[in-house]
Amino acid sequence: MAEKVIYAMYDDDDVLKDGAKKLVAKGVKVADVFSPFPIHGIDPIIGVKHTRLGIMAFLYGLTGTALATLGMNYFMIHDWPMNIGGKPSMTYLDNVLAFIPITFEFTVLCAAHGMAITYLLLNKTLPGMPATNPDPRTTDDKFVMELRLSDNGQFSEGELMTMLNETGVIEIDQKDIH
Amino acid sequence: MHKEAAIREPLILGHKTYHEITEDVCKPIEDKAPRMWYILFGIALVIGLYGVGCIFYLLGTGIGVWGLNKTIGWAWDITNFVWWVGIGHAGTLISAVLLLFRQKWRMAINRSAEAMTIFAVFMAGLFPLIHMGRLWVGYWTLPLPNHFGSLWVNFNSPLLWDVFAISTYLSVSLVFWYIGLIPDFATIRDRVKKPIPKKMYSILSFGWSGRAKHWNRFELVSLVLAGVATPLVFSVHSIVSFDFATSVIPGWHTTIFPPYFVAGAVFSGFAMVQTLLLVMRKAMKLEAYIHTKHVEYMNIVIMVTGSIVGTAYITELFISWYSGVEYEAYAFFNRATGPYWWAYWAMMTCNVVSPQLMWFKKLRRSLLFTFIISIVVNIGMWFERYVIIVTSIHRDYLPSSWSMHYPSHIDLGVYVGTIGLFFVFFLLFARFFPVLALNELKTILKSSGESYKNDTAPVHPYFAKNGHGSHGHDDHDTHNH
Repeated sequence: MAEKVIYAMYDDDDVLKDGAKKLVAKGVKVADVFSPFPIHGIDPIIGVKHTRLGIMAFLYGLTGTALATLGMNYFMIHDWPMNIGGKPSMTYLDNVLAFIPITFEFTVLCAAHGMAITYLLLNKTLPGMPATNPDPRTTDDKFVMELRLSDNGQFSEGELMTMLNETGVIEIDQKDIH
Repeated sequence: MHKEAAIREPLILGHKTYHEITEDVCKPIEDKAPRMWYILFGIALVIGLYGVGCIFYLLGTGIGVWGLNKTIGWAWDITNFVWWVGIGHAGTLISAVLLLFRQKWRMAINRSAEAMTIFAVFMAGLFPLIHMGRLWVGYWTLPLPNHFGSLWVNFNSPLLWDVFAISTYLSVSLVFWYIGLIPDFATIRDRVKKPIPKKMYSILSFGWSGRAKHWNRFELVSLVLAGVATPLVFSVHSIVSFDFATSVIPGWHTTIFPPYFVAGAVFSGFAMVQTLLLVMRKAMKLEAYIHTKHVEYMNIVIMVTGSIVGTAYITELFISWYSGVEYEAYAFFNRATGPYWWAYWAMMTCNVVSPQLMWFKKLRRSLLFTFIISIVVNIGMWFERYVIIVTSIHRDYLPSSWSMHYPSHIDLGVYVGTIGLFFVFFLLFARFFPVLALNELKTILKSSGESYKNDTAPVHPYFAKNGHGSHGHDDHDTHNH
């Protein structure tokens, strides 16, 4: 089903933020904002929840710690214990000090790469993906607010346009998204 | 808007708009390369290829082509390795540690410093690999199930810790760098007209569109990566120093090594950043973004880390005497007065004396002086590793084994070759990649741009008409930019 989308373009991040605040106060739902850089303070206004990627990073890190511990315990203590410099590998605890550097490195490795991969997948930013910003200028110096008519059933298209025009918008574009 | 204190120098000089920042950074990429670029690239490529030739000769013949002997089994190869890893410490330090400390001046330099880091770590990684002599069995350093019975790598060995540290450091730095690059590639993608570059940047930008939710994730990912990269930076050179510190060779068996190596790494890394950026800002006309204040900040880092290194040298000397161990005392006495006295004093002059000159404000704000000192520092840091490695082992336990190290032309060729390759990579980076972090610079324009700080920037017509309604609402200092 085709859906009508309004793209309102601004030439300043503060103007957009001010406009978003006024629109939201009137009950308008802003679907998304496209900007060339992070606009600080826009997320609570348009209702973007803070990401939970940090928790994921922690879990990936824990996985790394666990894998490194299990791995070195198996290699060095159980599978093939070696007597190195008169310091035999009898128990994991006896040798744990020597294992700390690699446990640490492996934790960082898993946390960083796990989070980076999750981030790319969540954003659907992968090699070869098409760009979805409505206007090429939004990666340079323009800021676009996306409003969907279906989200704002209580307003007519004309009402939305009038409200947008009061917020210092420089261009308005409409598109049908399928 | 959140404003910085007025007494802080602006980070972006003159009046810039968002569009002008894009223009200034993208122009050198879109224009034809200047002739100077081709000349420098040609020179670097020739030197790099010579190095590659030397490496092939080395692999074909064996590491006997180096100037090593029975006593001195480690010399230039590991010196160069430690030197390059050290240089590779500035980038991640700038982008990770300075991000955690909310130092906004990092934004002008982090991109190129990280690129430099990655290329330096490439060069560093080459040395242990070629030192194996049989490059093709390099994967034996990984704990892989194999057909030699239950034969695992030795997890007690600092050399294996190095494998994990360096590869983690390289790959995490690469990811950190690339995640920051994606939005900037998108900017270039949306600007270029020619079909082939458009396609290339389109692939490189991964379809980035700049949605609010994506930026929210972007900022958190940057912060968390900075958080994990910070201890990583410190761990990597600590582990490199364990290669020596966990041995029993007088002169290497030193508990002070980890912090002293880390300080030395930051010291030489910043010096390399200075060398490259002082040329780059001029050649690419980025003087408004990387200016005297940035150079001064970096010089202060060089001064502080240089002082730490100097203190460590003197501590080592004192402890070698205070320990009462005559072998230890001899190792250090021999360093300063033995046959390698010239290397020792070159190191002392370059690393201890020269950074102290940065106490003078006039000197640390002088670009020419900075450029000279940055090269002096890197020469000194190379000598530091040479002194630690070669002078400690050239006097063996048996005087009949005493020896000297004379580098062969292959030693020299491989070393100079890596410098050439490093510049090949860096010049390619400067030609095709956005050398400043565009999206990050735009976030500090209104708080740290000169025209915004002294209120000469034109007020946006919308606010001129309606008053600045959003005042005081966005002091979101909890954000990571």
